[in-house]
Amino acid sequence: MRSFTYHRPAKFADAVKFTASAALSPTEASVQFLAGGTTILDLMKLDTMRPEQLVDLNEAGKEYRSISHDRDELRLGAFVTMADAADDPFIRENYPMVAQSLELAASPQIRNMATLGGNVLQRTRCNYFRDPSWPACNKRDRGTGCAALEGVNRKHAVLGTSHNCIAAYAGDFAQSLIALDAIVEIIGKSDARQLAFADLHVAPGDKPERETVLAPGDIIAGFRIPHLPFARRSLYLKIRDRESFEFALASAAVALDLDDKKVREARIALGGVATRPWRAREAEAVLKSKTLNDDAMRHAAEAAFAQAKSHGQNDYKIELGRRTLIRALRQAAAMEV
Amino acid sequence: MPGHALAPSSSAPGFSPQGVAVRLEVNGKSHALTLDPRTTLLDALREQLGLTGSKKGCDHGQCGACTVHIGGKRTLSCLTLAVSVQKPVTTIEGLGNGALHPMQQAFIDQDAFQCGYCTPGQIMSAVACVHEGHAGCDSEIKEYMSGNLCRCGAYPNIVKAIRQAKNATEKH
Repeated sequence: MRSFTYHRPAKFADAVKFTASAALSPTEASVQFLAGGTTILDLMKLDTMRPEQLVDLNEAGKEYRSISHDRDELRLGAFVTMADAADDPFIRENYPMVAQSLELAASPQIRNMATLGGNVLQRTRCNYFRDPSWPACNKRDRGTGCAALEGVNRKHAVLGTSHNCIAAYAGDFAQSLIALDAIVEIIGKSDARQLAFADLHVAPGDKPERETVLAPGDIIAGFRIPHLPFARRSLYLKIRDRESFEFALASAAVALDLDDKKVREARIALGGVATRPWRAREAEAVLKSKTLNDDAMRHAAEAAFAQAKSHGQNDYKIELGRRTLIRALRQAAAMEV
Repeated sequence: MPGHALAPSSSAPGFSPQGVAVRLEVNGKSHALTLDPRTTLLDALREQLGLTGSKKGCDHGQCGACTVHIGGKRTLSCLTLAVSVQKPVTTIEGLGNGALHPMQQAFIDQDAFQCGYCTPGQIMSAVACVHEGHAGCDSEIKEYMSGNLCRCGAYPNIVKAIRQAKNATEKH
């Protein structure tokens, strides 16, 4: 790990003053924020990230460590740990998708450390990004190419890819947030603002080095999930190489509003298969007002992956993703709520 | 306040860090150290304080051999900067107060290790697993011990050890 200077400001207002040049990509930026540390210290040890200044947000973040709810929404502070959110009784009962997407991620130790704000900003697990001895990675070093396109890409994305990058977005919790129309609250250099969580991440396109719309100095303060009674019938299904402590090969976050067997509304997000948190609105549209039978579920799954593009070793992910969605829909429909 | 030390005040980009004053409370003892900001809690424990029970396996948060308790919660010391630690730390050396903790005794009784390298992390994780209320049945124990790898494959006996020590650990 390279040398850096460590700072621990008492307030976000002081933290946002440490800002890197906007000309640098998020990976290259010389100033980086530290929350749980489970991503950034890992990447600093790998020499993928090389900050000169590390700004520890945990002192300032103490004000953003609560979970609350009222009739309108569920509010999650960005500095709540994954473990605390996953264990929250209200979340477990009313938003099982959220609790499951947290508790099926990482390990108990990492969930005790990692914060919700940091979790949604975790970096891809693409090995070409993580290992700087590979010269080609557009996400790490702009304009160098993508080694994964014709390399080891078994775990790479099939949705939202570009000819510059096929790295999968690794997170689980973000799939719940995007499925539930969450709002993200941001504190920046100028002012506090909010935006739809669906607008936080961007697909790689021709700028794979940029993963979110956050500007240098922006800090995620929290998330708000609008009240959604039918989210009691929701779940997160995660398919992976080993049973626990593993990233998704494919996953589905599903919530169903059912009138007997008929779908009033479905919420669907897909993990492990896309370059960013992925809302499957086409699949939701297929199911709306339909009876939830095998045909409808298969059509929804086909719609979700209609635009999918694979690169050899990850060809299997398209059918795996469809089947994961179908199984998640079946399980959600069978829930007793 | 323990550990409430900041880097020297220079904020010039590329500033080469010197030692930073860090106060760590480990196993009930307070330690004043001067550390490079890069020093992980694991390296501080092992190299500065001579507490070599916590092991360096992968050094990337993937194996759990470095597991310690910070403020009573199981944490990976390899992904924690020593300078950032604000709460008391407990390592395997501080678990038993001079005698073996019931979980340590259970690992011996159940033959829950072979080479022993992962064992301190397994035991720290196992104690926390019980305290969190996640040791209700074998499948729950397996899920909530998944952050600790054992290349010798002692997993079945680790589950047995946790079952054996569960009641005593809840009271400990």
